[in-house]
Amino acid sequence: MSDKKNIIICRCNEVTQEEIEALIDQGVTDIEMLKRLLRIGMGPCQGRTCLPMVVSILARKTGKKPDEIKLPATRIPVRPVPAGVLVGEMESDENEEQS
Amino acid sequence: MRMKSRAEVVIIGGGVIGLSIAYHLGKLGVEDVVVLEKNYIGSGSTFRCASGIRAQFTDEANIKLQKYNIERWKRLSDELEHDINFKQSGYLFLATSEEEVEVFKKNIKLQNKFGVPTRLITPEEAKEIVPPLNAEAFLAGAWNPEDGKASPFHVVYGFAKKAKEFGVEIYEYTPAVDIIVENCEIKGVKTERGMIETETVVNAANVWAPIINEMAGLSRDFVPIKPYKHQLVKTEPIAPGQIEPLTCPPAWNDSYVIQDGEDGGVLCGTGLEKLTHLDDVQPTYDFMREVLKWATKIIPALKYVHVIRQWAGFYAKTPDSNPAIGKINYIDGFYIAAGFSGHGFMMAPGVGEAIAELIVKGKSKVPLDWDWYDPHRFERGELRSAAFQIG
Repeated sequence: MSDKKNIIICRCNEVTQEEIEALIDQGVTDIEMLKRLLRIGMGPCQGRTCLPMVVSILARKTGKKPDEIKLPATRIPVRPVPAGVLVGEMESDENEEQS
Repeated sequence: MRMKSRAEVVIIGGGVIGLSIAYHLGKLGVEDVVVLEKNYIGSGSTFRCASGIRAQFTDEANIKLQKYNIERWKRLSDELEHDINFKQSGYLFLATSEEEVEVFKKNIKLQNKFGVPTRLITPEEAKEIVPPLNAEAFLAGAWNPEDGKASPFHVVYGFAKKAKEFGVEIYEYTPAVDIIVENCEIKGVKTERGMIETETVVNAANVWAPIINEMAGLSRDFVPIKPYKHQLVKTEPIAPGQIEPLTCPPAWNDSYVIQDGEDGGVLCGTGLEKLTHLDDVQPTYDFMREVLKWATKIIPALKYVHVIRQWAGFYAKTPDSNPAIGKINYIDGFYIAAGFSGHGFMMAPGVGEAIAELIVKGKSKVPLDWDWYDPHRFERGELRSAAFQIG
């Protein structure tokens, strides 16, 4: 399937299905290492979009059940927050996000 | 993977130090090297580090070792045939008082003596190197353009991949549970998946090293390594070239900022450390507020940048913040490279080479001062001048 290089799995860091499958084929079958080598789930979305898809790709390619694959840790903050808000010098940036 | 029942060397700890030792043993032609890692490789401290590499230390032993290490880092991508993303983006220390400028001058003199080209620069020069810097707050900088950074993820992967090509076997999710010692000689290592006979064991477990020493019958305090929790926050990516060097005013609570060499996000650290227990890698809100207070003082524009991640890890600290590297004289065939106190990543290539050569040849060409890092110094009550500890 040649279009795998056009299927973006991690939108934050623009990682394609082809890149993920290529690394699995090279023997990188631990989701913790896949995450770090490709930076999947390390962008602003915190893996909410991509990690479930990575689990299903990994399950299909390795024959594991999806629930045998432990998801990497979720990091705080749950959604991106400007540093100025966290130090109390700025109001929340909701307006910015609506615009 | 089926486990070997016999190995020439068993390395306990699959972080950057253990894997570097394994790679160098393999390169020297040692067959049957096994690495035991209780979780996944890199999971202990390496993957949690701030990625900095420097020779700007304040004592002869660490400066010489790190001068050598930087030469190793420069060639490491070629050697491992894997891009580890090493960049000589420099380290920029910033002084906030005249007294500190004098200390910088003294350190620079010592570093220059051993061939490290650190120099004192003006705030204007500092601002050219780090454009969004709050340069008005500083009197001078100590700048070494040869310091740098690399990707901990790709370094661990590269060492592991190359070590495997040399025949090293790496068993992840395989904790060591006991070390069999008879008449002061090592006989084997018991793991959760069975026994491996061996005469040589390297304790590369860093913060967990006292537990491994205890398995071999030594006191936990023989090398008194304690877990200090350190944390980092990371921002969304910003344009490359803004904060490429590790930028740190030591007087501001050892706070620092550095752009991740891969995605361009800004890593922010500060010296808010806490003695904790080995299960505690919980990030805290206190830290988030404290680190960002300093980071936005160093780089005011960071206020407008979104924070996206925060995590914690350990500084495996010894009483003098220098690692324990060498042979443990009580037990034949027992070696240690642990207690790196926050400097394991940057020291890994040379330390791995030195330990591998020590095991195989009984000596090493690496300029590593074995007396300085002697694991027996603690029981003799000798302490080194504390290693300059930051990023």
